[in-house]
Amino acid sequence: MRVLALDTSTSAVQAALVDLDDDELFLTAFRREVNARGHVERLAPFIEGCLADAGRTRADVDAVVSGVGPGPFTGLRVGMVTAAAFADGAGIPVYGVCSLDGIGGNTRGRALAATDARRKEIYWAVYDDGRREGEPQVCRPSELPETRADYAIGEGASKYAGELPMDAETEPVYPDLVKLVELAAPRLLAGAPSERLTPLYLRRPDAQPAAAPPAASA
Amino acid sequence: MKNDSAGDNAPVVMGIETSCDETGVGIVRGHELLADAVASSVDEHARFGGVVPEVASRAHLEAMVPTVQRALDDAGLTLGDLDGIAVTAGPGLAGALMVGVGAAKAYSIATGVPLYGVNHLSAHIAVDTLENGPIPEPAIGLLVSGGHSSIMMVEDLAGKVTQLGASIDDAAGEAFDKVARLLGLPFPGGPYIDRAAKEGDRAFVQFPRGLTAAKDMERHRYDFSFSGLKTAVARWIEARRAEGEDVPVNDVAAAFQEAVCDVLTRKAILAAKEHGVETVLLGGGVAANSRLRALATERAEAAGLTLRYPRPKLCTDNGAMVAALGSHLVAAGVAPSRIDFPANSSMDVEVVSLANRL
Ligand SMILES: [Zn+2]
Repeated sequence: MRVLALDTSTSAVQAALVDLDDDELFLTAFRREVNARGHVERLAPFIEGCLADAGRTRADVDAVVSGVGPGPFTGLRVGMVTAAAFADGAGIPVYGVCSLDGIGGNTRGRALAATDARRKEIYWAVYDDGRREGEPQVCRPSELPETRADYAIGEGASKYAGELPMDAETEPVYPDLVKLVELAAPRLLAGAPSERLTPLYLRRPDAQPAAAPPAASA
Repeated sequence: MKNDSAGDNAPVVMGIETSCDETGVGIVRGHELLADAVASSVDEHARFGGVVPEVASRAHLEAMVPTVQRALDDAGLTLGDLDGIAVTAGPGLAGALMVGVGAAKAYSIATGVPLYGVNHLSAHIAVDTLENGPIPEPAIGLLVSGGHSSIMMVEDLAGKVTQLGASIDDAAGEAFDKVARLLGLPFPGGPYIDRAAKEGDRAFVQFPRGLTAAKDMERHRYDFSFSGLKTAVARWIEARRAEGEDVPVNDVAAAFQEAVCDVLTRKAILAAKEHGVETVLLGGGVAANSRLRALATERAEAAGLTLRYPRPKLCTDNGAMVAALGSHLVAAGVAPSRIDFPANSSMDVEVVSLANRL
């Protein structure tokens, strides 16, 4: 089956077409641009570009897989609404995968996968031979709890290499779309029901309640 | 006589609107409203006394696909029946706009239906076609809401809309919200002020009419200012309390509302007369205000002008207005927008739709 995979949880705007047959995965088209403010402009053309590169049309896509964060909210939502609307428009199912798993899922040993959460914080999770331990979290790099991770990887790791208690890869690594499809493969192959995608926000919205006005008489 | 934008062959267009706190999806066939699905996050903002952008954006994402499905169900159509998809590209809240624009692009590429990125303000004008049929051109549009207060000259709704004047500070709807808060009325303030004002005395106090003095009428002939009015109301209430007296909410609401409606209608009618235009349209959330409608009707009649406005539900933000503009653009043969257009929170009010070129 042919899967459209999207992730906009980092400053990389990414789209790919991935063929999934039994447990074989094959990347047939891929577009990526590191452009933290370009999600809404770049993503839709990337989907069209991927289809054109692969010599396919929209009718050839069987399912959509989307990273659901955590990630900076505005860009993340663009990818997720694109995935949900494309799937709805094409009448195909959509499945969500934690975006950090697209980084940590490819690691060996104990690794910290970290993306840039802005405001001097990182979104992170610990992976043991590619398997995530616990839920993703957000905090300052200097405030990480003991993770026993041997190294850190991801855009958040390279950006805050100097503040992390473990070695960090200096090249930013972004969620791997083939990995996201692999993680969704059981659902894809089983024809699981389409999902309502919910972002992993990990933060409450910024909203200061307005001061209560003095009550006036009626 | 049938024209291109009416009748059974008129373009069927779905409109998506997410510029503020309403997730709106409307479907029209020419001037016929087929569906008007709206999911509002207004209750989530009420306790903050104003729209919280992040709260609105989260609600848009949650509501987007279900609202599209509801609109299609209501219209008894499928996406394959559409001749176009129109979406508000701006102006509005950036993060909120991006949810609608992202969705509209994805629906367009998943279905092959042409996409139109349109201006929210022009859509507020276009929605009147669903109530009153084709708009005679030229027309003057008085657009008033929580986000905008403008006098627009509509020479061609498919492409030539110019702004004659606008608020130089607060939007009219913002003033309603702020004064409502001063009076202890809930958010959004418009409907509550309108209700309270019905029991009040409009002439109770004479609040200031911004930018109406002779020298202001030279520089800001068709512009508005509401921040001084809001301050005047606040001072009046403060002084009243300092004297240990109760604040007569209904009277203050009525006097404040009169000041806003007086300036809005006076300047809109003046613009029509001075430009030789015979039709004035009201649009935007504040156009649902009963006093604005009554005063505009009275003054238009006295000036020999035709006044048009849609029902209140079509005045507030919704997808039907975007669909109405989209259908007008399709019928007029305007080219669809490029797929890479941005969501533009400060979109030029005179750009009706985004072009199909660099
Ligand atoms: Zn509006």
